[in-house]
Amino acid sequence: MIMSIAIMALGAIVLGAALGYASIRFKVEGDPLVEKIEAILPQTQCGQCGYPGCRPYAEAINKGEADINLCPPGGMEGVAKLADLLGREVKPLEAEEKPKAVAFIDEQTCIGCTLCIQACPVDAIVGAAKQMHTIVADLCTGCELCLPPCPVECITMETLTENLDNWKWKYPIVAIKQVA
Amino acid sequence: MLQLFKFKGGVKPESHKQESANLPIRTAPLPTRVIIPLRLNSLTTATPTVAVGDAVSKGQCIASAEGRMSTGIHASTSGQVIAIEDAPYPHPSGFSARSVIIAPDGEDRWCELTPFDETNADPQSLRDYLRSAGIVGLGGAGFPSHIKLSPGNARIDTLIINGAECEPWITCDDRLMRERATAIIAGARIMRRVVGAQRIIVGIEDNKPEAIAAMQAAAAAEGKTNGEAGISVVAVPTRYPAGGEKQLIRVLTGIEIPFGKLGFHYGVQCFNVGTAYAVHRAIAFGEPLVNRVVTLTGNVDQAGNWEVPIGMPISEFITLGTAKADTDRYLMGGPMMGFSLPGIDAPLIKTSNCIIAGSPKLFPPPAPEMPCIRCGECAKACPIELQPFELYWHTRAKTFGKTQEYHIFDCIECGCCSFVCPSRIPLVQYFRFAKSEIWAREKEKNAADQAKARFEWKTARDEREKAEKAEKLAKAAAAQAAKKAAEAAAAAAAPADGTAAAEIPPPATAALPPAAATPVDADAARKAAIAAAMERARAQREAAAPKNTDQLTPAQQREIAAVDALRQQAGIEPVPEIPAAEEPKS
Repeated sequence: MIMSIAIMALGAIVLGAALGYASIRFKVEGDPLVEKIEAILPQTQCGQCGYPGCRPYAEAINKGEADINLCPPGGMEGVAKLADLLGREVKPLEAEEKPKAVAFIDEQTCIGCTLCIQACPVDAIVGAAKQMHTIVADLCTGCELCLPPCPVECITMETLTENLDNWKWKYPIVAIKQVA
Repeated sequence: MLQLFKFKGGVKPESHKQESANLPIRTAPLPTRVIIPLRLNSLTTATPTVAVGDAVSKGQCIASAEGRMSTGIHASTSGQVIAIEDAPYPHPSGFSARSVIIAPDGEDRWCELTPFDETNADPQSLRDYLRSAGIVGLGGAGFPSHIKLSPGNARIDTLIINGAECEPWITCDDRLMRERATAIIAGARIMRRVVGAQRIIVGIEDNKPEAIAAMQAAAAAEGKTNGEAGISVVAVPTRYPAGGEKQLIRVLTGIEIPFGKLGFHYGVQCFNVGTAYAVHRAIAFGEPLVNRVVTLTGNVDQAGNWEVPIGMPISEFITLGTAKADTDRYLMGGPMMGFSLPGIDAPLIKTSNCIIAGSPKLFPPPAPEMPCIRCGECAKACPIELQPFELYWHTRAKTFGKTQEYHIFDCIECGCCSFVCPSRIPLVQYFRFAKSEIWAREKEKNAADQAKARFEWKTARDEREKAEKAEKLAKAAAAQAAKKAAEAAAAAAAPADGTAAAEIPPPATAALPPAAATPVDADAARKAAIAAAMERARAQREAAAPKNTDQLTPAQQREIAAVDALRQQAGIEPVPEIPAAEEPKS
C-alpha cells in the first residue's frame, strides 16, 4: 500500500518536474494565434471594424470580444479564412464590400493644411505646411481616413481599374450549349 | 556525332509548315504608321527621348535604356513622331500601352550607322552595346539578351543556338536559317566570345532539312575562314516542345535544369537564331533591332515570311496575305502557346514571330469541357513531368498552396496537356489563372506587410513626438519655476529697496497661491515688480512730449491753448496723445 502510494507520488513528482521545466524552456512569448489572425487581416489600418488598427482587432477577435465579420477591406474571403482558422461559423460581412480604391488629392484645391498627412495611418501622403500634398498611390491602402479631416474636401477615392500590369488570367468559363 | 538525349512527354501536332516554309523572306512595304510600345516587360516602361513633332530617322534611339532589365528602343523607319500616347498593344488582355507613334515619310532613311569593332572589345562593352541596340530574345519571351550574356561568375562552356522552331505553322526561323545562315553563325560566334563558351551547338528539328544543310555549310565555311572548330549543327527529333529552352538543353546536352535555376548555372546558355542574326546586324552594320521576320499564315490566300519594321500595325500586315472571307480571328504566335488577338490595331513587336488567320474550319471551337476521367494522359504528355490533373483539381478548388506543392511554377504553358486531354479540358488556361492569382496574392501580401511596417513606424513616431513634446513642456515649466524662485530670492535679499512697495496698499494675502514655497517673499517680490512697472510707465509718460511743437504759428498755438482749456474744463489732464494711444496695445 505505502509502496504503491510512494510510486505514484514519485511519478507525479517526476512528471511535474518535467512539465515545469518544459513550461519554462519552451515558453512562447505573446499569443501565436493573434499573429495568425493578424496575418489574415489586410493591414489597411482603416479602423472600420471599430478598433484602432488591424492588430487591436486581431487581439479582440482572439479574446472573443469581436466578431470575425467586421473587416470590409478583407471581404468575404477574409471572413472565410478567419472562420477556417478559428473554427467559427462563416457569417456575412457587416458592411458592404467595396472595390479596391486609392485616395486622390485634387491638387488645384489642396490648401496644404497637413491634416490628411496626420490622419494617414500608413504614411502614404507627402507634402508640407502650405505646400501641395499628394498621395503615393502605390502605398495607399484605401482606408479613407484622410477624407473626413480635409477642410476643403479635395480628396476623392478612385477605384483601381485593371491595366496591363495588374491584369490577371480569368478562370476558364465553361461554355454551356443549349442542346434542346 | 553528338549523342542526343530525350525529354519525357511531348506531342506531335500537325506541323502545317509547308504552307509558308518554301516562300522566301520578303521585305514588307512601309506601313502608314508605326506604333512602337515603350513597354519593355511587366516591370519596365521606357521613357521616350523624343517629343511629338520630332523628325526621326530609321534606327534612331527614341527611348534610352534605364534600369537593368531595359534595352534601347529605336525608330523602325524614318518619319515624324505624331503622338506619344496609349495605343493598342498585342496582349491577351487587349489593354493599351504607352507608345511612340511615327508617321513614316516613305524614305526609310537610316540614321548614321557605325559598326562596332568587336575584335578588340571586351565582353562588357559588347554587352553594353547590344543593350543600347535593343537586342532581346526573339524566340518569344523577349528577355533582354545582355542579361543572358552576363553569366557573372558562372563558367559557360556550351552556347546553344535554338533553331528548333517546334510550334506548328511558324517558319520565320526556318527561312532565316536557309537564307542567312552565315550571318547567324557570325552572330553566334560573337555571343560565344561574350560568354566565353568553348563550343556552339545549333539545334534544329529534323523536319527542316534545308535549314540544317544551310547551317552546316555556313558552319563549315566559318571553320575554314577563321580556322575555328567547335560549331556543330545538330538535327533533333521533331517533337513538340523541343524548342523550349530547357527541353532543347536536355536533348542536346542531357542536362536537366531544376526549378529556380537557369542554363548558365550548368554551363549552358541558349539563344534563338533570330537573336544571333540581330546580334550580327548590330555588330557588323551598327543596325539596332528594328526589323524582324514574321510569318503570315493560316486562313490566307498568300502565306509568306515578311521582314517587317517593328511597330507595323497587324491590320496592315495581314493585308499582305489577303485573309479569306471566313476568317474570324487572328492568333499571335503559334496555335499551342500563342493567343487570340483581341484586336488587330495592335502593332507587331519584337517578340511577334507569327500571325495566323483562324477560321472555324481551321481551328474549330473547342468541344465543351467534360469532367476529368483521371486517365493520366496529361501526365504522360507533360514535358516537365508534372501531374497536370492534380494541378487542375487544386486549381478548381482554388487551393493554390497545393498547386504550388505540385510545382505549378515549373509549368511552361506549352499546351501538351490540353492537346491530349480526352475530356477537352483547357488545362493550360486553368494553370495560367492559378499562376496569375498566386502572383496577385503574393503582391497583395507584400503590400500588406509593408503597410503594417509603415503603420508601426508611424505609431512609434507619434508616440515619440508626444513624449518629446511633454518633456519639452515639463522642462519649460521647470525653467519658469526656477526663474520665479530666483527673482523671489533676489527680492528677499534686498528688502530695503522696496520703498515703492510701501506706496501700494498690501493686497489680500489669502488670494495668493498656496503652492508658493515662501509666500511672504514671493508676495513682496511681486509687489516690488508691480511698483517698478508703474514707476516705469509714469516716467515714460512724463518723458514723452508732443512732437512738432517747436515751430508753431501763433494761430496753431492759440488752437492748442483753446483745446487744453477745454480739457481742463472737462477735468482731463493735458496728456500727450501718443502714449495714450499705445497703452491699450501693450
